[in-house]
Amino acid sequence: MRLPDKQCTMESAVARVKDGDTVMVGGFGVPGTPMTLIHALVAHGARDLTLIKNDANEPGMGIDHLLRNGQVSRLITTHLGLNSDAIALMNAGEIEVEFNAQGMLAERIRAGGSGIGAVLSDVGLGTELARGKQVVEMAGTSYLVETALRADVALIHADRADPFGNLAYVATARNFNPVMAMAADCVIAEVETVLPLGGLPADTVHTPGVFVDHVVELEALSEEYAVVQR
Amino acid sequence: MLARAAREIAPGMVVNLGIGLPTKVINHLSADFEVCLHTENGMSGIGPSLSPERADRNLIDAGGAYVSTVPGSAFFDSVTSFAMVRSGRLDLTMLGAFEVAANGDLANWKIPGKFSPGVGGGIELAQKARRVVVLTTHTDRAGNPKLKSECVLPLTARACVARIFTDMAVIDVGPNGFELVETAEGVTPTDVAAATDAPLVLPEMTPPTF
Repeated sequence: MRLPDKQCTMESAVARVKDGDTVMVGGFGVPGTPMTLIHALVAHGARDLTLIKNDANEPGMGIDHLLRNGQVSRLITTHLGLNSDAIALMNAGEIEVEFNAQGMLAERIRAGGSGIGAVLSDVGLGTELARGKQVVEMAGTSYLVETALRADVALIHADRADPFGNLAYVATARNFNPVMAMAADCVIAEVETVLPLGGLPADTVHTPGVFVDHVVELEALSEEYAVVQR
Repeated sequence: MLARAAREIAPGMVVNLGIGLPTKVINHLSADFEVCLHTENGMSGIGPSLSPERADRNLIDAGGAYVSTVPGSAFFDSVTSFAMVRSGRLDLTMLGAFEVAANGDLANWKIPGKFSPGVGGGIELAQKARRVVVLTTHTDRAGNPKLKSECVLPLTARACVARIFTDMAVIDVGPNGFELVETAEGVTPTDVAAATDAPLVLPEMTPPTF
């Protein structure tokens, strides 16, 4: 038996995104952000998107291109501190922003990717992040109901892959990528190197290819992947 | 102040240093000091910061600074990182503050109308680390006290702060509110009380200086 080959072009993969879709984007700062898939999504032009991403990158980088191109109506995130563009768009009412506690964003996505409807947590009880959330009592303790998050499409960046979509990440570029790769109907991974089947030892796979729909090998890494000069 | 705060870290601890002043405490730990530094974006065992020329593009801390590994470092995803935080694996976190209340309430993420970048991992660190200490200037840029009877700004977490390190003093949050522990050299308890917008419990003896 031979495992299926899921490699395709950047354009055909991103063509899966439709207007109004919810799109998860991996990354925490530059590491792990699928910069090239984001550019392909700008070229594709899908609009009225809900993005789920830890942060909004920085001006002129990553999802800032989608924000500035007017393709995003809603952003579910944890922190926009390094992107003044995103904060300006939020303050002007151009995008709706929903802030989550960072670990709870991860946990909501984990629930969505694990076939679980919601998780209970006391994180943020008594703060404004608890507003509008259902509270349940269990064994004398109050918990917020944190509903699961899923997406139509997840855009993932990995260091290495095989044609079946088994993925491996490096250093702090792992972050939200493995959990987002579990939580979307269509999972697209851009990877720096595609190894032949068997080239990624089974014990070193971080995301099993069962979760992944499309694998796109990057031809070159743009400047956006480089060390940021501040 | 940073050197004094660094002495709060005991050998063997797992510690998260928040963005801003707390991150600088790392410079006051000796190279052979036994400690495990955690960062929210998925690493335990943070090594020294690196200049852009020497940096690895895939290796940053949660504040975006380029860092390095030490022998024994581990990388993990965001789910695992916050499982560590929420399940009580952090012995200590050092955080910045806009306001701290006399009962230990902390506000450090939002100034409505002026500053609202989102809370990041701040709520979980403040609410779930075993010990939360704050590093901050004693007053804001306009000279207003940051230590108050009650917070006015949106809270990060309730009754979470155990100790506060400022440029003027070390102050504990005790059952009777703010308790003066130490003063900076050249600062008197009266100076500290005058710059604090809440009752300050003074020790019976003249407090030590740092």
